[in-house]
Amino acid sequence: MSESRTSTGTARVKRGMAEMLKGGVIMDVVTPEQAKIAEDAGAVAVMALERVPADIRAQGGVSRMSDPDMIDGIIATVSIPVMAKARIGHFVEAQVLQSLGVDYIDESEVLTPADYANHIDKWAFTAPFVCGATNLGEALRRITEGAAMIRSKGEAGTGDVSNATTHMRTIRGEIRRLSSLPEDELFVAAKELQAPYDLVKEVAEAGKLPVVMFTAGGIATPADAAMMMQLGAEGVFVGSGIFKSGNPAQRAAAIVKAVTFHDDPDVIAKVSRGLGEAMVGINVDEIPQPHRLAERGW
Amino acid sequence: MNIGVLALQGDVREHLAALAGSDVLARPVRRPSELDDVDALVIPGGESTTMSNLAITFGLLDPIRKRIADGMPVYGSCAGMIMLATTVLDGRPDQESFAGIDMTVRRNAFGRQIDSFEAPVRIEDVEGDDFHAVFIRAPWVEHTGPGVRVLGRVTEGPAAGRIVAVRQGNLLATAFHPELTGDLRVHRYFVELVRQAQDAR
Repeated sequence: MSESRTSTGTARVKRGMAEMLKGGVIMDVVTPEQAKIAEDAGAVAVMALERVPADIRAQGGVSRMSDPDMIDGIIATVSIPVMAKARIGHFVEAQVLQSLGVDYIDESEVLTPADYANHIDKWAFTAPFVCGATNLGEALRRITEGAAMIRSKGEAGTGDVSNATTHMRTIRGEIRRLSSLPEDELFVAAKELQAPYDLVKEVAEAGKLPVVMFTAGGIATPADAAMMMQLGAEGVFVGSGIFKSGNPAQRAAAIVKAVTFHDDPDVIAKVSRGLGEAMVGINVDEIPQPHRLAERGW
Repeated sequence: MNIGVLALQGDVREHLAALAGSDVLARPVRRPSELDDVDALVIPGGESTTMSNLAITFGLLDPIRKRIADGMPVYGSCAGMIMLATTVLDGRPDQESFAGIDMTVRRNAFGRQIDSFEAPVRIEDVEGDDFHAVFIRAPWVEHTGPGVRVLGRVTEGPAAGRIVAVRQGNLLATAFHPELTGDLRVHRYFVELVRQAQDAR
């Protein structure tokens, strides 16, 4: 009998899926109607969740995986990929999301963590995972656990882009520093990053992560999205920024165009006109430390 | 030889790298004026509904259709195959393609991401071993017109026999992503096709 040479759930297929999302915008949606608006606007994928981060922040309480009915409703409504969030370390929520046919699982600090020591063993799944990171060491630990895509965290639900900027600059800066090190200093670099030496060496040689890196957290305008692209993001997640604004359909379409033409200020100016109210923001500085989501993840 | 890669969205960099590996300096194309400067075009993998949306918005739909009608060689992988099909099933009602290849393509035909797979595919015209093909929420070709040559099919599993590589004149399409594997044979085949098209002019 000849052995089957067909395989699913490989690292190449998982990481490759993220490659196909590059240059695109992934939008948080809480209803099938919002998912439709996102797809109409040109989103490359939607993130199905129960409450956008701004509401999670406002309402407080424990935040969990969404109702499967709601995820099914969104999957049935759009033809683009559907992502959904599981709590950090909550591998059963992830199992449920995989069984629903979700295309990418976000092990997300926006939900309340389920494990304060361990993240999910993402190699155990056929569905690919995206994870947040504030620095290179965190990104490499998530990749070691099987994440096939990284997003810089920012501070979700604020409309304040400053943390997204910091995290993107930090990760890119740390990669540049690694690339400049002589080989015999990479051992200590791996120790300091708390990441496996082989992965550190791979990043030092390639000058980039071995997976796609998007940005997230606080992006509210076309100019925000374009700035993150110019800082080296390969695509953008927009959470509360769209559906907490005055004209979601128009703003969503504008952000899609601004990401494609992120290096063309004339296009960004054009799409930024007459968008109406942006989401009402919160300055990250004014959020008390325990309520900062970016610090979740270890 | 100037080959462009349509850079509205998707894995543009991988195609640029695969073309560089095939000894062609390729360039991204996002504007009609940039299209004028290229002799051939690669349409990358990505989200076809997004590409359609942006191609319409930024005035590329009709210029690319016209260039195709005038004989410009084009290669499309995955979403690029969808963008080259005359008929698209399971797409959005407002989704547009550049057409060109007389075929009916079904979007996301193999299923969702958990069904995405790697498998060997034998490609006619490409010498050597079977091609190790990576399929990601990939389409397949459900019907081809008389002018279309089938170059490759899935060889095993539940989708065995499905058409995943085709050529019609100067237009080439694969449902899978050679740009992700480091195997340059499909890109080299396309570059040779472009060279022959130029010699014929």
